[in-house]
Amino acid sequence: MTERKIRVLVGKPGLDGHDRGAKTVATVLRDHGMEVIYTGLHQTPEMIAEVAAQEDVDVVGLSILSGAHMALFPRVKSELAARGMGEVLLVGGGIIPPEDAEALEAQGYARLFGPGSPTEEIAEWIEARMSERLAGEGGRA
Amino acid sequence: MSSAADIVERLKAGERAAVARLISWAENGDPRFGGALGALFERVGRGRRTGITGPPGAGKSTLTNEFTGLSRAAGRTVGILAVDPSSPFSGGALLGDRIRMEERTSDSGVFIRSMASRGSHGGLARAAIDACDVMDAFGFEELLVETVGVGQAEFDVMEAVDTVVVVLCPGAGDGIQAMKAGLLEVADVLVVNKADVAGAERLLTDLEDAVSLRRRAEGAWEPPVVACAAGRGEGVTGVWEAVERHRAWLAVDGHLEARRARLRLAQVRGAVAEGLDGRLWRSGGLDERARALLAAGETPYDVAAELLSAVSAGSVEPEEVSGS
Ligand SMILES: Nc1nc2c(ncn2[C@@H]2O[C@H](COP(=O)(O)OP(=O)(O)OP(=O)(O)O)[C@@H](O)[C@H]2O)c(=O)[nH]1
Ligand SMILES: [Mg+2]
Repeated sequence: MTERKIRVLVGKPGLDGHDRGAKTVATVLRDHGMEVIYTGLHQTPEMIAEVAAQEDVDVVGLSILSGAHMALFPRVKSELAARGMGEVLLVGGGIIPPEDAEALEAQGYARLFGPGSPTEEIAEWIEARMSERLAGEGGRA
Repeated sequence: MSSAADIVERLKAGERAAVARLISWAENGDPRFGGALGALFERVGRGRRTGITGPPGAGKSTLTNEFTGLSRAAGRTVGILAVDPSSPFSGGALLGDRIRMEERTSDSGVFIRSMASRGSHGGLARAAIDACDVMDAFGFEELLVETVGVGQAEFDVMEAVDTVVVVLCPGAGDGIQAMKAGLLEVADVLVVNKADVAGAERLLTDLEDAVSLRRRAEGAWEPPVVACAAGRGEGVTGVWEAVERHRAWLAVDGHLEARRARLRLAQVRGAVAEGLDGRLWRSGGLDERARALLAAGETPYDVAAELLSAVSAGSVEPEEVSGS
């Protein structure tokens, strides 16, 4: 029990019931050695942030299909900050128009991966960001 | 990066993220954890610790959620530690127990933490005890620890608790298999869940027979066998009453003190084993010495004997552990 593992919350907010995408991502991240907490369906921004805080995750990954992303990511971000978890990396996947994805990324809310992007890419992006961060902290947080 | 003193202050101020961060320190073997727990230790020991174990899919999380509901109805706060196995291949884990407890996320009287077993020898039990201590220090009154009863490491987690509830269900093996797996020995309360499913009656009588056949010392606790259908919320109160009866038994004749002493010893052993492991192998250079001796043609046991005597002679100098 002496190894720092990357902990990721994979959530599926909103009211649409498709969670296959989220489950696929969760499995791929697990296969990359990450500890993935899966929260299932129908999560509100408050609930996502609260779970992220209780689980002390490094990354929150949200799968979006409902089109509510422009409002959602900023709300999750502020709920996280209110819990002293402002550092958490936000990652989104699903059907998000490219201009929205650019806007959210430019404002620093999240890194978005479109429907065509291979899941491996998400895992590699998280690994790269986390190794930068842990190097900066001397391996600890 | 925060110091142990900061995090202790944040926890005392009621910040739940501080509970979470301290549990992370515990599971990562962070050198700051010991100091932090030391500063909180006078607050530790009030929470009641119950373990829920059993085969995969028996209904442990569902029952944990029901226990949580009963405790909340009685006005008690609940801290939950849900342990799931790590993948031996990737080292990663899928932690999904909290899905069955989703309704609790909006209740500030409940805290749920998922933990992966990380396949380590002894370290998991130590980390589980640490996590309970942290939740206890925060003030959670009922501490529930769920773990799947598959391997020794997961089993050892039950060292962290005062009362062990073993959950079985029809279809996940019969009473004999439970006996073979050692689940009967560890149980303080035996639960047949999914009482609504065919075969539950049979499992119940199997278990009652198995329990009555076991030899027990005078005055020892005899685990009651209780049926419920946690998924339907049926019979759960009866299970919780059995837990309460075990607690009443613990409260007399020093039983609880004996359990807690065993728990503290497991925690010390875990910390010592991991500390030695880290210092000797990682910083003390025993690895290189072993490799060199083996390359020089010595047998494994000769190498081991040589290293052991070097350790006891104190000629292995552990480096200063960084960051502490
Ligand atoms: N028929 C029936 N099904 C139940 C009952 N309780 C739980 N289940 C179902 O059993 C399955 C497993 O329940 P969980 O509570 O996740 O079991 P678990 O032991 O925590 O599972 P793991 O943590 O994955 O080992 C779920 O599909 C539940 O809905 C019950 O009383 N009757
Ligand atoms: Mg479970």
